Amino acid sequence: MTHPHMAAAVAHALHKRFIIKESGKIVHAVSDISLEVQAGSLTALVGPDGAGKTTLLRMMAGLMKANEGQLHVLGIDVAADPQAIQDRISYMPQRFGLYEDLSVQENLDLYADLHGVPQTMRRERYARLLEMTNLARFTQRPAGKLSGGMKQKLGLACTLVRLPELLLLDEPTVGVDPLSRRELWEIVQQMIDDEQLTVLVSTAYLDEAERCARVFVLHEGKLVAQGTPAEIRHHARNLCFVAMPPQGQPPRFLQTRLLDNAENVIDAVPQGGAVRFIRRPGSDQRHLDAMLEGAPVMAVEERLEDGFMTLLRKQYIADPVDPTAREAVVRREAAEGKNQGQGEDYVGDVIIEVRDLVRKFGDFTAVDHISFSVRRGEIFGLLGPNGAGKTTTFRMLCGLLPASSGFLQVAGVNLRHARAVARRKIGYVSQKFALYGDLTVMENLEFFGSAYGLSGERLHERIGIVMQQFDLKDKEKSPSGQLPGGYKQRLAMAVGLLHEPDILFLDEPTSGTDPQRRREFWRRITALSEVGTTIVITTHFMEEAEYCDRIVIQDSGKLLALGTPREVRTQAGGKDSRLNMEEAFISIVEQGRRQYSEAAATETGP
Amino acid sequence: MYDFLHRIASLCRKELLAIFKDPANRVILVVPSLIESFLFGYAATYDLVDVPYALLDQDRGAISTELVARLDGTGIFHRVANLQTPADITRAIDSQQALIVIQIGPRFEQQLNAGESAPIQLILDARNSNTAGSAAAYIGLVIESYNTALRGGAGPPLTVEARAWYNPNLETRWNLLPGLIASLSMLQMMMLSALSVARERENGTFDQLLVTPYSPIEIMIGKAIPTIMIGMMQSTIVLLVAFFWFKIPMAGSLLALYAGLGLFAIASVGIGLSISAVSANMQQAMLYTFMMIMPLILLSGLATPVRNMPQILQIATLVNPLRFAIDLVQRIYLEGVGLFTLIHDLIPLLIISAITLPLAAWLFRNRLL
Repeated sequence: MTHPHMAAAVAHALHKRFIIKESGKIVHAVSDISLEVQAGSLTALVGPDGAGKTTLLRMMAGLMKANEGQLHVLGIDVAADPQAIQDRISYMPQRFGLYEDLSVQENLDLYADLHGVPQTMRRERYARLLEMTNLARFTQRPAGKLSGGMKQKLGLACTLVRLPELLLLDEPTVGVDPLSRRELWEIVQQMIDDEQLTVLVSTAYLDEAERCARVFVLHEGKLVAQGTPAEIRHHARNLCFVAMPPQGQPPRFLQTRLLDNAENVIDAVPQGGAVRFIRRPGSDQRHLDAMLEGAPVMAVEERLEDGFMTLLRKQYIADPVDPTAREAVVRREAAEGKNQGQGEDYVGDVIIEVRDLVRKFGDFTAVDHISFSVRRGEIFGLLGPNGAGKTTTFRMLCGLLPASSGFLQVAGVNLRHARAVARRKIGYVSQKFALYGDLTVMENLEFFGSAYGLSGERLHERIGIVMQQFDLKDKEKSPSGQLPGGYKQRLAMAVGLLHEPDILFLDEPTSGTDPQRRREFWRRITALSEVGTTIVITTHFMEEAEYCDRIVIQDSGKLLALGTPREVRTQAGGKDSRLNMEEAFISIVEQGRRQYSEAAATETGP
Repeated sequence: MYDFLHRIASLCRKELLAIFKDPANRVILVVPSLIESFLFGYAATYDLVDVPYALLDQDRGAISTELVARLDGTGIFHRVANLQTPADITRAIDSQQALIVIQIGPRFEQQLNAGESAPIQLILDARNSNTAGSAAAYIGLVIESYNTALRGGAGPPLTVEARAWYNPNLETRWNLLPGLIASLSMLQMMMLSALSVARERENGTFDQLLVTPYSPIEIMIGKAIPTIMIGMMQSTIVLLVAFFWFKIPMAGSLLALYAGLGLFAIASVGIGLSISAVSANMQQAMLYTFMMIMPLILLSGLATPVRNMPQILQIATLVNPLRFAIDLVQRIYLEGVGLFTLIHDLIPLLIISAITLPLAAWLFRNRLL
């Protein structure tokens, strides 16, 4: 075991460059990074996508060589002897290599064999890992049949079959629901407490970084800040406030106004029915007052995320949604007489209606008699833990999966009879990039445009509009597969909106993206909603549910909660509940599971 | 209708772009068919080009010497050893030094002069049965002709002359290359169509395609047409090699040839697309395709004539589109017959297409969602 005060990893003036083959451009993935990771503690690497987090972790694991600088891990020079390091550390990549056809137990055995864990130690180790991960009941189940959260826990268990001296985790909680996320962190915390494990974790969730002893903030390959969470938070000291929007109005209207005023406001997010925002130091009070329109404001404690946003926004201003393009769309749509969503008091006509919807796979019921409806112009959120049936529900709504029974009407069309007609009225953005990677941006747009029956002048007019709306102007000839992540998502949304659908379906669009890009994404969504497009969205970020007009929470195929974020919070914690969305979610799901098991117990009881 | 065609056309365009934008694909679509047509043209041959033989001449008379001289004069047979005793025969064959041993008995000339029949014994290395068989037949011809010459005017001059039609020099290449026009393109078409859906499934693009108003049948048509176009391109490559490089004369009409190939392509694409609809990923699609391709080629008559197969396998060939396509191509190319003569090939191809394509369509409609 390493000495607690020794550094587990030391980097000095580290550089790593990549050359992009197609364009010959050089990318500085890591440039001039010097840092020390303390042994026996939990350290976080945070930063936007492409900040160099994964590159740094892979260099530490000896999987990649630095171009310049020194890197010592556990006192060993990584460049000189990568194997010696790999014998002593464990590294869990973003997509851990589980063998999907092998059972949970076989996967554990396999990794124990690979790491040469002696037979005598295995029994005790397995018992502990299975207990911590709650997988003891599933040892015989093939890994491929586990839910996303369980897979990730199994991956962590496989990484920990041998006790490493340093554990490197690369975004271990991407695509994992809040419940499984909490469990994963409990496992890691327990290992640190019991075995003085040293852990370095990269993450896009800043509330996770909050629990770390030290935080390194990376941006564009550079280390922009480091310190304890308190030190990072301090950057936003005395700048954080909460404003209450007028009664009956979703907070996103006020939030949008604030966020668009980048001169005076660093960041604004909806939170607990109100709007949380960070003032820019030295901002103009009169401007702020004008925007707040008399909404009551209260100073609040800063969080790590506030410090992070303050740090990043100090340096770079995200390209805002092109207001002229937006206005053009608004004007045109208004001229066409489309409805505009106006918040809770506005009741649009029902655009999606679901009654007693059931979907079975064999004798497993993935979606169990659920009913809800979505009104025109709403932002509607589908939430639920991994394996709750929300993806199945989502796919049925998009017409990708037929229902086993029940009534399903989308955009006035019954999906049972006229799926093709309904498809013309919906747009779909999948979680993974799902456009043709070899085709250029323009070719993709042209193809999907004509798939929806657009042609000639009309097609190119629409392409022009979405290209401007999603800032794709200079990229039309680039192969889509080689675009940076943010561009890919914008292109996917542009494709989804080409044919001016009534409803846009988005499947976990923000999974694994940093706060900066999530703000940008939601700014586009709120803008779309303003022009009357109905949005149906699934997400793992519970705070994002605050952007929605209404949400449903599903678990084990059943519908546990349905209503505005405020109503859902009330359901979880009583009137005037101070719970945040994540706490409310966990409480509702746990309550639901308790009731279910009690019901099951009385049914089978004596 | 215009709308429908426009949408199908853009599907085809997308499919072709996706195929040809991949540099690896561009190579795979041209180079293997070139290599294989040259390989088959040069390497896979049963033609008698060079037959090494050993001679055990125990008579050493004038007649035997002249007979051997005639054999050596063919340019095909060349003597690698003169054996002394019958015991040497085993060694000559076993060591693969000689493919054939010709044994002329000690009383050869004596028997001939006495008016008796004088046997010549041929010992063949049947490990290479095809070549040895042809060689033996060839030797038979040489001896026959010598026989006639020997008898001179005695008796009516009886000559047996074999003449092979459509392939006067009996070159294997003439048989094989037209066969390849069909089989190579089938290979590529099945592979491409089988992988097409599986690839999109793996890349996640298939969902995006399914949420568009395209119906499964339209998607299927949009995948079938580009594949057929590529299959035709493959056939054309082999055709050009056969015609311009190997100079195999084309007797029939190009129009008839392509019409027949088109029907065949529809039948093969139907098989490929059915595979693709039932495969969950590219690996499965590959395995299914390989599983199908071997029997399809073996039971096609490309390498071995169908009529030599056991009865039950002959029946099995009736569902193999390649069997009819090879016959069709060979007959149009070499014989120059028109399509009407080939009705016995066209009707089975039509029936097979009428089964595989609707099957693929049914699978697309029912297995994709």
